Amino acid sequence: MYGFEAMTFNIHGGYLEAIVRGHRAGLFTAADYNNLCQCETLDDIKMHLSATEYGPYLQNEPSPLHTTTIVEKCTLKLVDEYKHMLCQATEPLSTFLEYITYGHMIDNVVLIVTGTLHERDVQELLEKCHPLGMFDSIATLAVAQNMRELYRLVLVDTPLAPYFSECITSEDLDDMNIEIMRNTLYKAYLEDFYKFCQKLGGATAEIMSDLLAFEADRRAVNITINSIGTELTRDDRRKLYSNFGLLYPYGHEELAVCEDIDQVRGAMEKYPPYQSIFSKLSYGESQMLDKAFYEEEVKRLCLAFEQQFHYGVFFAYMRLREQEIRNLMWISECVAQNQKSRVHDSVVFIF
Amino acid sequence: MGGGTHRPTMDLLRSEPMQLVQLIIPIESAHRSISYLGDLGFFQFKDLNSEKSPFQRTYATQIKRCGEMARKLRFFKEQMVKAGLSPSTRSAISDDVDLDNLEVKLGELEAELMEMNANHEKLQHSYNELIEYKLVVQKAGEFFHSAQSMAAAKQREVEAQQRGEGSIDSPLLLEQEMVTDPSKQVKLGFVSGLVPREKSLAFERILFRATRGNVFLKQSVLEGSVTDPASGEKAEKNVFVVFYSGERARNKIVKICEAFGANRYPFTEDLSKQFQIITEVSGRLEELKTTIDVGLVHQTNLLQTIAYHFEQWSHLVKKEKSIYHTLSMLSIDVTKKCLVAEGWCPVFATNKIQNVLQRATVDSNSQIGTIFHILQTKESPPTYFHTNKFTSAFQEIVDAYGIAKYQEANPGVFTIITFPFLFAVMFGDWGHGICLFLATSYFIIKEKKFSSQKLGDITEMIFGGRYVIMMMALFSIYTGLIYNEFFSVPFELFGPSAYGCRDPACRDASTAGLVKVRATYPFGVDPKWHGTRSELPFLNSLKMKMSILLGVAQMNLGIILSYFNAKFSGNELNIRYQFLPQMIFLNSLFGYLSLLIVVKWCIGSQADLYHVMIYMFLSPTDDLGENQLFFGQKFLQIVLLLAALVAVPWMLFPKPFLLKKQHEERHRGQSYALLENSLDESDEMEVRHGSSSHEEFEFSEVFVHQLIHTIEFVLGAVSNTASYLRLWALSLAHSELSSVFYDKVLLLAWGFNNIFILIIGIFVFICATVGVLLVMETLSAFLHALRLHWVEFQSKFYEGDGYKFQPFSFASLDAEDE
Repeated sequence: MYGFEAMTFNIHGGYLEAIVRGHRAGLFTAADYNNLCQCETLDDIKMHLSATEYGPYLQNEPSPLHTTTIVEKCTLKLVDEYKHMLCQATEPLSTFLEYITYGHMIDNVVLIVTGTLHERDVQELLEKCHPLGMFDSIATLAVAQNMRELYRLVLVDTPLAPYFSECITSEDLDDMNIEIMRNTLYKAYLEDFYKFCQKLGGATAEIMSDLLAFEADRRAVNITINSIGTELTRDDRRKLYSNFGLLYPYGHEELAVCEDIDQVRGAMEKYPPYQSIFSKLSYGESQMLDKAFYEEEVKRLCLAFEQQFHYGVFFAYMRLREQEIRNLMWISECVAQNQKSRVHDSVVFIF
Repeated sequence: MGGGTHRPTMDLLRSEPMQLVQLIIPIESAHRSISYLGDLGFFQFKDLNSEKSPFQRTYATQIKRCGEMARKLRFFKEQMVKAGLSPSTRSAISDDVDLDNLEVKLGELEAELMEMNANHEKLQHSYNELIEYKLVVQKAGEFFHSAQSMAAAKQREVEAQQRGEGSIDSPLLLEQEMVTDPSKQVKLGFVSGLVPREKSLAFERILFRATRGNVFLKQSVLEGSVTDPASGEKAEKNVFVVFYSGERARNKIVKICEAFGANRYPFTEDLSKQFQIITEVSGRLEELKTTIDVGLVHQTNLLQTIAYHFEQWSHLVKKEKSIYHTLSMLSIDVTKKCLVAEGWCPVFATNKIQNVLQRATVDSNSQIGTIFHILQTKESPPTYFHTNKFTSAFQEIVDAYGIAKYQEANPGVFTIITFPFLFAVMFGDWGHGICLFLATSYFIIKEKKFSSQKLGDITEMIFGGRYVIMMMALFSIYTGLIYNEFFSVPFELFGPSAYGCRDPACRDASTAGLVKVRATYPFGVDPKWHGTRSELPFLNSLKMKMSILLGVAQMNLGIILSYFNAKFSGNELNIRYQFLPQMIFLNSLFGYLSLLIVVKWCIGSQADLYHVMIYMFLSPTDDLGENQLFFGQKFLQIVLLLAALVAVPWMLFPKPFLLKKQHEERHRGQSYALLENSLDESDEMEVRHGSSSHEEFEFSEVFVHQLIHTIEFVLGAVSNTASYLRLWALSLAHSELSSVFYDKVLLLAWGFNNIFILIIGIFVFICATVGVLLVMETLSAFLHALRLHWVEFQSKFYEGDGYKFQPFSFASLDAEDE
């Protein structure tokens, strides 16, 4: 594309970009959230949602409503939109759209494997999987006993296969291994996605590298915080960080040796974009970090819509919608459990 | 506003006079009142609770109940569609069902239906399972049978071989194998079942990988599809038997089967047991079948009773929901004893509304009547035109541009005639006109049938505009007669042609021309013009001049309407400093041109009108020479030119300064002087002054606005007049196209004297005429006529910034849902 996207972008991508921007206009605004937060029962939420784009998906639900139903139906809407876009897309946009779902695929794989490890019912686990990350033989994951089998049996057919090259061991699966596998896969996935976006070039590369770098850095911080106090060695920890992003490589060196949250903070505050995130938190606190990161991410995702002729909008839209569904889930849970005072704790306003 | 009632009704020219009304309704009769008002359909409620979110409103619970009932009804409908029933349309039994009873009834029916469905599903599930089981037993039986016979044959073969070849070559191992074989076979376990066909390949692959190839899988395709017990959907499946050894392999296989949704069924090798199973299963299938059938009959009966009432119920629920929506828009009095409604209604419906409210009070045994109170307001009322099925389509054309401001002159009235007429000027062919008329008469004759059923998008559009199309067709027959066009064939309908040959042999007809032998052809264009060399110059000149005349006339009408608008709203400034200079400007240039055209037609002069018009600007004092049409033309031209030049600053400067002056005067408290001359409209004036006194007066803004307006008008006068030439251009294109199709297709095919070619020729001619001339040309002429109305005509006077009157009415309720 070489910076001349404006000339040719609309031939294949114009229609879908228009569609995705139209979808984006349907995202909830602060006023919607305010109204939702005032709801007394789940039926109130349903009533409010019936006036939005979610209406048709919820209208045939019988009245004693559950949070899971609301979330399920809202996710269904997102999936429908995604499938429609995927149907209409041509190369390279279709590949780009598929890349978006790989993250969910990794999560689903991990979910099923962990579930089987704890002897849960496969069918029950399947219901919990994110529908965007489904693939044909996902249920067979339950058969595998170790990583090698996992790869050989199931994953070799999925797009995740190349990411597995780094974590094929014959060790039996346990919680720690699975978590390491998740992060290794995620690392490989992010790097691959990053490379793919660089290959696309133009505004897509520019915007997506920013968004993916943020994602990589966030994962690096989370890995560090979660691995504090576990038997994960520094070298192993270092291996799980993605090889790009603002923190690469010097930040990673510093994160790798961190022993408590305040050291992480010290390492991160050297980077201006993250300084503002950490400055919102008091010392020693890591609970609110997730929300702060989400807020920053949403801000960045919204900015992606400011520019035209790039694929970042698709990524941004999917992420924003997922955030919205998370918000909705939180609000519904708060309403259902009569915890309305906590409703604002985890809701991230999008606009 | 009071003045409105004394004027004669203007029907469509001005929208109905409206009033803002406050109703104070006692809470006990509120529901009934709203319901009656909805039946009447003349009251537009204002949302007095717009700051409240939907679930905080007073009647949110009732709305939720209605939504829940609507959901149940949708569920019933879905079930009915599944069962192949349609809601009966004749269920107009009006036994009064009230909402509470209905809710209970719907709940009961839903529970009953759900239970039935659950039972049915359970039965169906086991039924399908049994069927699958039976199939597996049959198919797997075949496997085993063929395998055993093959094995037996092989064994015999081996034995024969052994006997024949002696014992030297025969390996001992083979013998050993043969010996150990039966014991191994015992250890081999197997799993049998059904797997969906599209998954069978992946299934095989995964099995292979999981057990490292240590399985033997045998599959067999089932003809026809099987109903899957779990999902209840038809699917194509394969029967499989997997042989394995060892317990671990078995666990893996079982897990894989689960993952692939393959249903496993036990199977015995014993033949007699197999037969026993098959007979057993068949017997149970029979039993289940009868049970399911009985259940189905029962369910169908229930659905039929539901279907009988369905329309009535869904109508009732929709009605109730809309009533509660409306009730939620009202504000509750502090004492909680009455509801306060505000809304617009047409003045003529005042009595009807009061009667209805009275009736509601009586019917609900309320002690206190509803108070009907007219409010004074600064708000602009909604626009309401009382249209019928003929005028509504024309009004739609205007509304598509913008809804008329309250009580401003409505171009819709004129559109009824001018629109089809301008269309016909471009579409002048009475043959095509008749075709169009026949097509639209079909829609008009079948009106009753079509209006009750749902049509496709395009048909819907044509049906909606059927009267517009009818008028267009009638007018194009008229203009077609004037143009003397009938599929480009000339006719001597109104007497013989005025022209004839110079001599009987008619040799020089195409070179020297014809001479006039009779009186002028009485109506329209002489048929002899058709096909002559001078046909085009003659028709072009005629149509071009006609277009200018029509255009100037229509633009003048537009400006005159702006006068009536200004007069209606008592705006002297607009009359003096906008209407007058505009009239002078347009008519001194293009009005004069029209005059020249008419004079030239009357006296038959050969003056060059372009020359006259251009030199009127370039050198007004020059002698006109041979282009002079009448005495004193030069003097008149100079006067007109000066008038046009004066008109421009007249339009531009006085109005903003006078507005400023008015504004300043008003702020010095002298605005009362203005009231004296319009006492009858005192209410209106007061209202207007009330509103304008709050406005900030920004002189530069007003001046720039006026400047833009002036430039737009001055340039527009030229470009709009030129724009009317499209009438000529399209008319030319139409007649040329039709003559091409006639000459080059029909006459050419005729010339071959071959019946086959003629048929093809006629076919092509009909296709081209219908496709290009009747459909595409109609569309393009329609769009051009639309443009002439929206841009050239309406821009002269039409504000179009009003909003439509949308009364609360049950009649529109059903329509919007379909």
